[in-house]
Amino acid sequence: MIEQDLKNFQKITQKSLPTFEGLAQGHRACQGCGEVLALRQVMKALGPDTIAVSATGCMEIITSSFPQSAWNIPWLHVAFENVAAVASGVEAGLKAQMRKGSLPEKKIFIVATAGDGGTADIGLQALSGALERGHNFVYVCLDNEAYMNTGIQRSSATPYGASTTTSPSGKHSIGQNTWKKDMPAIAVAHRIPYVATANPAYHVDLMNKVQKAKLINGPAYLHIYSSCPTGWRHEIDKAVEISRMAVESRVFPLYEVIDGRYVLNRNVKKPISVADYFKPQRRFRHLRPDDIAHIQARVDADWEALQQKVALTNPASPEPEAVSNKKEE
Amino acid sequence: MSTSSAIIGWKNLTLGCAILEPGSSRKLKTGEWRSQHPVLDKEKCIKCAICYIDCPDIAYSQNEEGYFIADMTYCKGCGICANECPKDAITMKMEEE
Amino acid sequence: MAKRVGMEVSLGVSEAVKVADVDVIAAYPITPQTHIVEHLAELVANGELDAEFIPVESEHSAMSSCVGSSATGARTYTASSSQGLALMHEILYIVPALRLPVVMTVANRALSGPINIWNDHSDIMSERDIGWVQTFAENGQEAFDLSIHAFRVAEDHSVLLPVIVNLDGFTLTHVVEPFEILDRAEVAKYLPPYKPVQRLDPEHPMTMGAVGIPEVYTEAKKQMEDALVRSKSVVIQAWKEFGDLFGRYYHPVETYKTEGAETLLLTMGSVSETAMTAIDKMREAGKKVGLVRFRLWRPFRFEQFVEAVKGIKNPAVMDRAMSPGGPCGPVAAEVRAALYDQPNRPKVFSFVAGLGGRDVQVSDFEEIVSRAEIYAEKGAPATYDLIGVREI
Ligand SMILES: Cc1ncc(C[n+]2csc(CCOP(=O)(O)OP(=O)(O)O)c2C)c(N)n1
Ligand code: SF4
Ligand code: SF4
Ligand code: SF4
Ligand SMILES: [Mg+2]
Repeated sequence: MIEQDLKNFQKITQKSLPTFEGLAQGHRACQGCGEVLALRQVMKALGPDTIAVSATGCMEIITSSFPQSAWNIPWLHVAFENVAAVASGVEAGLKAQMRKGSLPEKKIFIVATAGDGGTADIGLQALSGALERGHNFVYVCLDNEAYMNTGIQRSSATPYGASTTTSPSGKHSIGQNTWKKDMPAIAVAHRIPYVATANPAYHVDLMNKVQKAKLINGPAYLHIYSSCPTGWRHEIDKAVEISRMAVESRVFPLYEVIDGRYVLNRNVKKPISVADYFKPQRRFRHLRPDDIAHIQARVDADWEALQQKVALTNPASPEPEAVSNKKEE
Repeated sequence: MSTSSAIIGWKNLTLGCAILEPGSSRKLKTGEWRSQHPVLDKEKCIKCAICYIDCPDIAYSQNEEGYFIADMTYCKGCGICANECPKDAITMKMEEE
Repeated sequence: MAKRVGMEVSLGVSEAVKVADVDVIAAYPITPQTHIVEHLAELVANGELDAEFIPVESEHSAMSSCVGSSATGARTYTASSSQGLALMHEILYIVPALRLPVVMTVANRALSGPINIWNDHSDIMSERDIGWVQTFAENGQEAFDLSIHAFRVAEDHSVLLPVIVNLDGFTLTHVVEPFEILDRAEVAKYLPPYKPVQRLDPEHPMTMGAVGIPEVYTEAKKQMEDALVRSKSVVIQAWKEFGDLFGRYYHPVETYKTEGAETLLLTMGSVSETAMTAIDKMREAGKKVGLVRFRLWRPFRFEQFVEAVKGIKNPAVMDRAMSPGGPCGPVAAEVRAALYDQPNRPKVFSFVAGLGGRDVQVSDFEEIVSRAEIYAEKGAPATYDLIGVREI
């Protein structure tokens, strides 16, 4: 099935970057915004035969201030928590009209984009419904790890220890005191054909994942790391560098889950430390060494768990038993 | 049409406030936000397009010679391109008063 | 060919949606709307209706999917009730703002709390200002006919607004009535295929749902309201054409035995049939009473209404919803407002009855009329009367 869907897949390389831009200049994102950079790369790979639907959030605000739009492709915004449902309707509307002959038969890709808040919190139900129903669309979560549009409030995707305006660090607070929700795992649990994480510092990988996501029939979920200089309080020239450090520190691993099979796209053999990753981001500035050690341990464990998923879901890999037999208290 | 063209009587408003002109944000010259700008050293440049693909403001385009040149109409001066250029071919210069 | 059938009204509504040849249905079940969407799912499943049925996970998503679907130019339908309608609330305002002709049936039901699945109008009265055209059906035939009419009005290029057809939960949705079902060919003469003016199309990319900055928000609202006000004439014309084609004529405001009436009952929805029985009875007893019922609730048809109540001394409005802490029931408030500027305006008496499925009987209307007569002479209480409420 998936092989069939991908038979027209043409790999993008650094030498064959798509020239198409779904987004236009003149958008109002902050200087050095990593989220709009990710969005731009996603739209490049989707191409012109795409309808985009966006949730309320930074990307919606900065691209659509009447009477000017930064969208070169058809685009619809309705509300904050419903982007997956709106995309479901777009898909059904096109499908019915093409089947009934009121629209010419043509491949049109549908993409729904939302922030981490619009995905992991308020939009989770609509997303779950749309994934479960199997609509043919691409869902893109642009994860800048907080509600940036409304002023840097915490979300369930905010990492442990980050200071936000509703999880401020203080005498009695470490900042965010919960662990980041594992959204890709939630998407995988819907048994959809394609789930992947991506990061604009690895733009070729990102765009190829977008291509796969659009070509594969059925729902695809992309979880994209999106740095935010304003909310993370890092220098405005560092969006890509920090994005790269997130992967190199194993904080944000790059992987795909194709029909339930985990593929690690970047095996980080010699990771940089979490401390180094945190350093340029002032949202972590208040953390003490033992806090960071605690987080480092969690990152290590998560990486190990991911390796196990890869091993377990790839029958060809040696000794898949070895990992599951471990019995520890 | 500038941003002030939101001053429209309701009878002339598009149906449902739709924006019919794609990419009309190009009318907003975000280059005005800039306090520094990238300067390219062609000697060092290997035309790899990293600066092009890493610019959040879609400022870069390739000229006939194959160099990537940032459009100062839109460049917000973030410095990502300079930070990412593998050959250090870009330096950020403060805007003159 | 039209055929006469005996059918549950809910199924009749589904049949109307079928012959309207909708493209997309997105719906979530809630009593007493369930039979409508179940039957539609069945019609799609067995190939009688070529449409996409999206079994969404909530009403919020139902209306959101309707927006997406309609924005592609698909003829789009949903149905809901009570808590479901309330859950849609946020999105309901956005549909007319985007000028999308979605059609929805609302099987009117009380709002929690306490939770109550039975009929009144508190669900729809909370949605008065959403900017949709809203009609009220009184019987099965009307529910069928108004459903077809809804698409015709919604998709008219001078309207392009969503339409709600209200029908009373259980007392109308769940009763079996004889009515005439039109077939697809007949309906096609009345309802041409939907031709969107604007839609999401990669060939002509446009931006829908942009941020409405302060410079434009007022104008955006005005544009939408203007279309709603102007929809009156389309609503009326579409009813006239319907009558000319199918022999059943409808009007925004209907009157019953109003000639020489001194006390006038005003109602909406299926209680109007009971009200007519009550009027007959009271007329026989020599009382000068009549009935006015509203079929078109939004846009409110002031001119026709004012005409209908001309010379009436005691209009008595029966609301099926409360407006807690307010001066009167929601419909009574509109009626008062409509009559305020009239020379020799009458007093308008407000009664609330039939909440949460409480039966409204002929005797309740008799009670309302006699109280109105007394109030006309001796003065009315400052607020409304809750008919049938037990004091001890
Ligand atoms: C129902 C509703 N609740 C709250 C809001 C306010 N709101 C708008 S955007 C936003 C946060 C967006 O955060 P996220 O989805 O992470 O996107 P970001 O702005 O960070 O890109 C909030 C809370 C809203 N518009 N609608
Ligand atoms: S607040 Fe952050 S995510 Fe939003 S536009 Fe600014 S930099 Fe981008
Ligand atoms: S990144 Fe540097 S080397 Fe590469 S094209 Fe741009 S300026 Fe030239
Ligand atoms: S400074 Fe920033 S906005 Fe300007 S060209 Fe470089 S990356 Fe683009
Ligand atoms: Mg966010």
